[in-house]
Amino acid sequence: MARFPKPPEGSWTEHYPRLGTDPVSYEDSISPEQFEIERKAVFKRAWLNVGRVEQLPRKGSYFTKELKVVNTSIIVVRNNAGEVKAFHNICRHRGNKLVWNDMPLEETKGFCKQFTCKYHAWRYDLDGNLTFVQQEGEFFDLDKDRYGLVPVHCDVWEGFIFVNFAPEPEQSLRDFLGPMILGLEGYPFEKLTSKFTYRSEVKANWKLYMDAFQEFYHAPVLHANQSPTNYSKAAAQAGFEAPHYRIDGPHRLVSTSGVRVWEMGAEMRKPMEDICQSGLFGPWDSPDLGEMPVGLNPAKCDPWGLDSFQLFPNFVVLFWGQGWYLTYHYWPTSYNTHLFECTLYFPQPRTPRERIGQELAAVTFKEYGLQDANTLEATQSMIESRTVNEFLLCDQEVLIRHLHHETAAWIEDYQRKTAGV
Amino acid sequence: MTVTVRLPAEFADLETFSEWCLPTEAERYAKRLGSSMPEMQAFYDAITPRAEDAIAFCDKFSLDDMPEDVLNLMHLLYSMIMVSFPVECWKQPRVPDSGATKLDCVYEPVP
Repeated sequence: MARFPKPPEGSWTEHYPRLGTDPVSYEDSISPEQFEIERKAVFKRAWLNVGRVEQLPRKGSYFTKELKVVNTSIIVVRNNAGEVKAFHNICRHRGNKLVWNDMPLEETKGFCKQFTCKYHAWRYDLDGNLTFVQQEGEFFDLDKDRYGLVPVHCDVWEGFIFVNFAPEPEQSLRDFLGPMILGLEGYPFEKLTSKFTYRSEVKANWKLYMDAFQEFYHAPVLHANQSPTNYSKAAAQAGFEAPHYRIDGPHRLVSTSGVRVWEMGAEMRKPMEDICQSGLFGPWDSPDLGEMPVGLNPAKCDPWGLDSFQLFPNFVVLFWGQGWYLTYHYWPTSYNTHLFECTLYFPQPRTPRERIGQELAAVTFKEYGLQDANTLEATQSMIESRTVNEFLLCDQEVLIRHLHHETAAWIEDYQRKTAGV
Repeated sequence: MTVTVRLPAEFADLETFSEWCLPTEAERYAKRLGSSMPEMQAFYDAITPRAEDAIAFCDKFSLDDMPEDVLNLMHLLYSMIMVSFPVECWKQPRVPDSGATKLDCVYEPVP
């Protein structure tokens, strides 16, 4: 029995007929050749989120980002006009990485008035212009205007910094984001600045971990032992149903209803939740963030659990009904490995008690994250065996269908555009 | 032998567990993985009945300006949260089946 109404077609999957209902193949997640195509067809064409403006608090603030998937490192910097700019992290003289600290392949951040190469002290201003060459007279016909840093297309939406590695992006950032994502404008991102960041090297294709977080059908099973028996029994009996799914262009949304655990009997909670007045969904006493943007909680659930927006290709923004949000990034490093990054964003705690509530939410998140991640190496290794080549997806897994379908569509489009070139 | 007092006098009963006054998640998680269940159970049993008093005590101070002993008490409360998962859920230090998986906290609020 469906608890929430489904679309008139009878299912969410059939509401998007191009996705089909047949079993699917994960050949796209186990093939080195496919990965090489994805680098060009997806990651060098789509807008990629590399951080938030709060990481660049003032003029001259910068951070570097290692992007193995597009085979480069970039510098993201706030220039003297206050704008966010991005450049390839390479000195125009002999190709040394311009900004790094101690370990050449590790990311760094800081503040500077100009960038100076460690090798021969060539200098670049915050707009990437080459401003100083050591012993300039020794060079031959050197026109410094021609040797600035190589720029990367960069744009900012709601404080999120995006870059694009196409010679000329096929769409503006706003056109790429589309109506569903633009419907989030007005969310008070700038007020949620107390951060926890986690990182993991995952031995699985990037799409398989995205899949793990774009369905919650697994939740009552995989996470059962995180909750008291009474709660997990009730959750398993009920199963999982999302009140709303939406697909808009390359991006996806799953929304869930919430629970007011604090209104339930104490046997439904862990003692630590009562002590800290908090849990996986966040502190019970949610902050007043004002009116929420129209794009959130589309099914008007009360209580509302969360909305998880998956932005193609590898970026997720997940909003919790309890007044905080988190982001996921999946940065491929090979066809069967990727770097997973997650950042939780809470309001600045006003008191130690509020801080304790946030700590339990963050620690709980990590326990769940470890459970979600631990299935991946097991899945990757067995899919790679190619013993089974067709896998079933239920209606609560409709977004998984879409990610793989969309990736294939970008590849097809790329191959069509480059054919005969 | 002199023992360094790390916690506010009101929480002298928890001084035996002051090795759990660890400022970073990485240190707390490592100590959890390096501890036995009886050790964590003893810490959990001692601190949970005192937790509300400890939180109320910390709440008398501002997060921006905490005396060292109060900061230690905050860190002890963070460790209480850390050990609650092995004690309340897993019955073992590690998340079950997570042998091949790591999720490192690389940035967190201070304090």
